Amino acid sequence: MGLCKTLLAGAGALALAATAASAQKKYDEGASDTEIRIGHTNPYSGPASAYGQIGKTIEAYFKMVNDKGGINGRKITFITYDDGYAPPKTVEMVRKLVEEDKVLFVFQTLGTPSNTAIHKYLNGKKVPQLFVATGASVWGKPQEYPWTMGWQPDYQTEGIIYAKHILANVKDPKIAVLMQNDDYGRDYLNGFKRGLGKDADKIVQVATYEVADPNIDSQIIQLKNSGANAFFNITTPKFAALAIKKAHEIGWKPAHYLNNVSASVGSVMKPAGLEASQAIVTAAYLKDPTDPQFQNDADMGTWRAFMDKYYPNGDKTSAFTTYGYAVSSTLAEVLKRAGDNLTRENIMKQAASLKALEVPLLLPGIKINTSPTDFYPIQSVRLQRFEGETWQLFGDVLSNEAD
Amino acid sequence: MEQLLQQVGAGLANGAIYASLALALVMIFVSTNHINFAQGEMAMFSAYIAWQFMEWGLSFWLALPLVMALSFTTGVVIERTILRPLHGAPVLSVVVVFIGLLTIFHALAGGIWTYTIKAVPSPFPEVAFPGSGYIGSHQLGMIGVTVIVLIALFTFFRFTPLGLAMRAAAQNPASARLAGISVDWMLALGWGLAAAVGAVAGCMVAPAVYLEPNMMASILLYGFAGALVGGISSPGGAVAGGFIVGVLENLIAYLGNVVERTTGLYIVGNGEKLTVALVIVIAVLTLKPSGLFGHVTVERV
Repeated sequence: MGLCKTLLAGAGALALAATAASAQKKYDEGASDTEIRIGHTNPYSGPASAYGQIGKTIEAYFKMVNDKGGINGRKITFITYDDGYAPPKTVEMVRKLVEEDKVLFVFQTLGTPSNTAIHKYLNGKKVPQLFVATGASVWGKPQEYPWTMGWQPDYQTEGIIYAKHILANVKDPKIAVLMQNDDYGRDYLNGFKRGLGKDADKIVQVATYEVADPNIDSQIIQLKNSGANAFFNITTPKFAALAIKKAHEIGWKPAHYLNNVSASVGSVMKPAGLEASQAIVTAAYLKDPTDPQFQNDADMGTWRAFMDKYYPNGDKTSAFTTYGYAVSSTLAEVLKRAGDNLTRENIMKQAASLKALEVPLLLPGIKINTSPTDFYPIQSVRLQRFEGETWQLFGDVLSNEAD
Repeated sequence: MEQLLQQVGAGLANGAIYASLALALVMIFVSTNHINFAQGEMAMFSAYIAWQFMEWGLSFWLALPLVMALSFTTGVVIERTILRPLHGAPVLSVVVVFIGLLTIFHALAGGIWTYTIKAVPSPFPEVAFPGSGYIGSHQLGMIGVTVIVLIALFTFFRFTPLGLAMRAAAQNPASARLAGISVDWMLALGWGLAAAVGAVAGCMVAPAVYLEPNMMASILLYGFAGALVGGISSPGGAVAGGFIVGVLENLIAYLGNVVERTTGLYIVGNGEKLTVALVIVIAVLTLKPSGLFGHVTVERV
C-alpha cells in the first residue's frame, strides 16, 4: 500500500514536470528548438509546370525569413518535391514527406486532384494539410476533415457573387455559360446556380469544352446564337483569351463575367486584345503585379525587392509569384502565433483563429477570417471592370462569410 | 442556318490547323515509314523560334524561311545523330525515342520561353471580304498556305527524281540501296523536310490558338486522325482528312445542340465531339484501312 502511494506520488510529480515543460515548449515530429520542417509538392515538370513558380516563390520566401533570423528563433526547412501534377506521384511524395522527412505539416500542395488524393491519408495521420493551392469548395469542412484548410476564395463563393451581381444589374438576364468540363468548372457552376436561386432558369445555355480542345470557336458561336445577354466565362487562361477574342470577332457583346482564375492582364487580357477585353467584370482578391495602379503601392514595392533579391529569374508579371508571397506571409503569421507550442494540433488551432488578419498583396479591404467552424480563410472579393489597360475596382468588398 | 454557316466556317478554320500538321506527318511517313510523335512539339518549337525572331524585329515573311531552314537543319541533325544508330532496331525502340524527343522539346520550350501564352500577330492583313463574317482573314490565309504546301509536296514526290528516291528508300530500303540510292541520307532529308513543313504549320497555327508549349499536343491528335482518314501516304488525302475532321466535329456539336433545343433530348454535345469524330475515323479505317484517298499497298510475297 505504502509502495503504491509512493509510486502514485512519483507519477504525479512526473506529470507535473511534464505540464510545466509543455507550458514552455512543446513539439511534434518536425519541430525542435532550432527548426520547423514544412513539406510541399508542386508540379515543376509536365503540362502544369507553370504553377512551379508558386513553389519557387515560397521557397524563396522562407529563405528570406531564415536570413532574417527565422520564426521565433527557428529556421524553416522547406522541403518541396515535384509531383508533375500527377495525383499518384503526389501520394508517394507526401508519404515520403511525412514518414521519411518527418515534416511537421504539409503546406500549399497544389491542384484539386492532387489534394483529393492525399486528403484522407493526411487526416488519418492527423498531419495538417494547410492552405492548399486550389479553390475547390471541399477544403473547408472541419467536421469531416479537421486537418485540411484552403486559403483562396473558393469557386462556389465566387460563383454566388457573380450571380447576385447579374440579377441586380442586368435587365431581363438571359445567361450563357462556357465551362471547362471538370470538377473545377462544375464547382463554379454549382455556386453560380446557388446564387441565382429560383432564377436558375435564366441560364439559357451551357457549353462545355475539354482541356484537350485546340480551340473553342464552335462553343462561342453556339452561345452567341442562344440570344444571351450575360455571359459567365469559366475558363483557364488560354481558353479565356480564346473566348474573349472570338466573342469580339463575331460581334457578341454580352455582360461578360470572367472567373478570377483567368483575371491576369499579362496572360489573358493582353493576348486576347485590349479592345476585345473592355468592360469584362471579374472578382479579385490579390493585387495584380501588371496593373499600373499598383505601380507605387508599398506592398508591391516590398514584393519587388523580395523578387529581385531572392527569386531574380522569377516572373514579375505573373500572379503566381504574388500568390506565393501572400500565402507564405499567412503561414509565417500562423507559425509566429504558434510560439513555442509547435504541435500539429496547435498549428491547426492557430490557423483556425485568424481574425481580420491583413496579409500583404491582398486588395484593400480584404482580410483573412477563420474560426473552428470556418475553414475558408478568404471569403471576400472585390469586383473589378477592365477599362483601358487595367482593372478598375468598383463597389464594396463583397463577402460570403458564413459566420 | 446562319449558325450552321458559322459552324462550317469555324470547322474549316480548325480543319486548316489539323491539315497543316497532317502534311508534316505525311512527309515523315512517306520518307521514313515512321509516324513521328514528336512532330507536333517540333513544330511548336519552330513557332517559338519564329516568334523570337519577330520579337527581335524581323518581319514574319523574313522569319518564316529562316525558321524553315533552321528546322530543316535540326531535323537532319536529329536523324543523323539520334535515329541513325537505331536503323534496323524494332519499331518500339524508335517510338520510345519519339516520345523522348516530344518531352525534350516540350520542356525546352517551357524552360526558355515559360508557359504563359503569347499572342502571335497574324501575317495576313485584316480585310473585309465576302464571307468574312464566317471565317477570319488569318484562317483563310492559313488555308491558302496549306494548299500551297500541299501542291509543293505533291509535285516533289510525284515529279522529281529526288522525291522518287526518297519514297523508294522508305518503302524498300534494300532494293533502293541496290539501285544506288543513299538510303541513310534520304531518311535524313525526309526528317529535315518534315521539320520544315512542320515549321510552316507551327507558324500558321500559333496566331490562331496562341503560342504555348502545349499548343500542338491536342492538334497532333486531330492532325493524326485527319491524316489517317484521308490516307497517311497521300498529301492530298491528309489535307482533305484534316478538313473533314474539323468540320465534322463542329457539325456534331451543332446538331446535338439543335436536337437538345427542339426535343429536350441530350444525345451528343461539345463534350462528345472528339469522341464521335474518332468513332467515325475508326469506322472509315475499318471499311477502308488505307484511308479515303490512300493507295492500297500491295506486297508481293
